[in-house]
Amino acid sequence: MIRIDSVTKRYPDGTVAVDRLSLEIPDRAITVLVGPSGCGKTTTLRMINRMVEPSEGTISIDGRDTRQQPVNTLRRSMGYVIQNAGLFQHRTIVDNIATVPRLLGWSKDRARARARELMERVGLDASLARRYPYQLSGGQQQRVGVARALASDPPVLLMDEPFSAVDPVVRKGLQDELLRIQDELGKTIVFVTHDIDEAVKLGTMVAVLRTGGRLAQFAPPAELLTNPADAFVEDFLGADRGIRRLSFFSSAGLELLTAPIVAVDASAEQIAARATEDVPYLLVTGLDGRPLGWSEPGALTAGQVDTGRLLPCGRPFAAGRDSLRAALDCAVLSPTGWAVAVDGEGRAAGVVSQAAIGEAIRGAHANDTTGTTGFAGAPDLAAVQKAAR
Amino acid sequence: MNRFFDIPSDLQHSWAGLIGLHLREALLPVLGGLVLALPLAQLCVRLRWLYPPVLWVTTVLYAIPSLAFFVVLIDYTGQTEVTVMIPLTVYTLVVLVPAIVDGVRSVPPETLAAAAAMGFGPVRRYAQVQLPIAVPAIIAGLRVATVSSISLVSVGTLIGNQGALGNLLHDATIYNRPELAWNAVLTMAVLAILADVLLVGVRVLLTPWMPSGTAGRGQGRGRKEAAAR
Repeated sequence: MIRIDSVTKRYPDGTVAVDRLSLEIPDRAITVLVGPSGCGKTTTLRMINRMVEPSEGTISIDGRDTRQQPVNTLRRSMGYVIQNAGLFQHRTIVDNIATVPRLLGWSKDRARARARELMERVGLDASLARRYPYQLSGGQQQRVGVARALASDPPVLLMDEPFSAVDPVVRKGLQDELLRIQDELGKTIVFVTHDIDEAVKLGTMVAVLRTGGRLAQFAPPAELLTNPADAFVEDFLGADRGIRRLSFFSSAGLELLTAPIVAVDASAEQIAARATEDVPYLLVTGLDGRPLGWSEPGALTAGQVDTGRLLPCGRPFAAGRDSLRAALDCAVLSPTGWAVAVDGEGRAAGVVSQAAIGEAIRGAHANDTTGTTGFAGAPDLAAVQKAAR
Repeated sequence: MNRFFDIPSDLQHSWAGLIGLHLREALLPVLGGLVLALPLAQLCVRLRWLYPPVLWVTTVLYAIPSLAFFVVLIDYTGQTEVTVMIPLTVYTLVVLVPAIVDGVRSVPPETLAAAAAMGFGPVRRYAQVQLPIAVPAIIAGLRVATVSSISLVSVGTLIGNQGALGNLLHDATIYNRPELAWNAVLTMAVLAILADVLLVGVRVLLTPWMPSGTAGRGQGRGRKEAAAR
C-alpha cells in the first residue's frame, strides 16, 4: 500500500502545490487523482517517485519511507507513463520498451525478448518492433509508453494524464485496454487526469483535489456520484451526474417483453397474434434473430416484410451486461420510445419501455445503500462497477 | 593547363601534400572546437545564466581578425601550423556552442521527465538521451564550422607559408602564375563540398530515427552567421 501522510509541497516562492494531503492508496487497484489544473495532482504523483520532494510529511510504500532507498532504485521499481508518451525518439520501439530492464542490468537479448512480449500484451503488432517513434500514431506511441512502464514488471504504475493528448475514439480504446491489462496484471496504479469521466470509468477509488492542493473527497466513483462531499465536488462532477450514476446499476433486473417480436418471414396469423394493446409496435428480426427495425402491425406484409420501410431500432443494449444508463440511452434514442435488448450473440432478447426503465431506476435507487456505507462498501462497489463495464 | 598542378618548389609540397596539410589545419581546429564546445555547452544548459555571457564572449572572439591573433600568438608558438589552428579553433565555438545548446534544449520536456522517472541519473541522461537527440543540430553546426574553417586556413600564408593551399594564392602573385590561384580556390571549394557531403552522410547514418524531410532542422543560425562573415 502506498501511504501519503499529511504531505505538503511548498515552493521557494511560497506557492503551495499540495496542502497536508493524506491518502491511502489500495494495492492492486486503480486510484485516480482528479481535479482542475493547479490542484496539485501531478505534483502528488511525482512526489511518489520523488521527482518532486515533499516539503513536509512522508510517503511510504508497504510501510517503508520512500526516502530510505536511493532515488534511482525507487524509480526503477515503478512504471511511469506520461502525456504524449515521452518516448525516446532516437531508439526503436523495442529498445524503448527495453529501457528499464537494460538499466537493471538485463542482457540485451533478454530485455528485447521481454519487450516483444509486452508489445503483444498492449496490442502492438510485432512488425512495429524495429520502427522509430515518429513512424507510429499517437495512440500506438501511448501503448508503447504503457509497455515501457510495464517492462520490468513493477508492482506500482504511475500514470500522468497518459491519454489526454489522443482523440476520443483512441482514448476510449486505450482506457478499455488499460482495464483489460489491469484485470490480468493487478498492478497498483495511481492515475492522474483532469477528466472526471475518465476518473469514474477507470477508478476503483477516486480522489478529487481542489485548487491549492487540498483533498475534497476520496471515494469509490459510485459514491462520488451519489454523495458529493460538497458544492465543489458536485460542480466538478458536472450537470448530468444522475444519468452517469446509472452506469453503476445493472440492467439485469429489467423485465423484457418478448411478445412484440416477429421474424421477417412471419405469417399473417403470427403478426396478428403478436400485436398486443400494450405495445403499439412490433420489432422485426432477421432469420438469424438480429433486430432489424420497428413497424406498426398493420403496415407489415405477411410472408416477406419490406425491411426498407422499417423504423430504425438504433443500437440495442446487451441485457444484463450493460448498465441501466445504456438501456435508458437506447430507449431515449429509439423512435418508438422502446429499447431493444440483445443477448450475447446479438439476437433480440426482448423490448423494454422508457416507463419500465424508469421504474427500474427508482427500484435501484431504493435498494442502493452506497450513500451510507462509505468506505466499507468499496470492494462491493468495485465489483458492481466491473460488472457494469 | 599542364602547369596547373605544377607546385612551386618553395612550398616544399606536392599538390596532394598541400591538400593533406590543408585538411589537417582545417579539421583539427573543428575537432578541438567540438571537444571544447561539448562541456561548455553542457555548462550553459545546466546554468542558464551562463549562456548569454558565453555567447557574447564567443561572438567577440569571432570578431577578432586572425591577423591580430597571429601577432599575439607568434611570440609563443612561432610561425607554425599551431599559430594558424588556435584562432580557427576559437572561431568554431561561435557556431558549435549554440548548436549544441539548442540541440540539447530541443529535447522534449516529457522525454526528459520520462528518463528521470525511469531512473536515469544526470550523466546517463546526458550521454544516452540528450546528446543523441542533439546529434542533428550538432552536425548542422559542424558543417558550418568545417566549411568556414577550410576557407579560413588560407590566411596562414601571411605568417610564412602556413596557409597550405592558401600559399598558392601568394605564389600566384609573386610568380605571376594565375592558374595557381585557380587551383587554390577550386581545390578548397571542392574540399569544402566533399567535407559537407561527408558530414551529411554521417548524420544520416547516426540518425535513422529522424523523419525524412526535416534534415535541415537546426542549422538556420549557423548558416546566417557564416553568411555574415
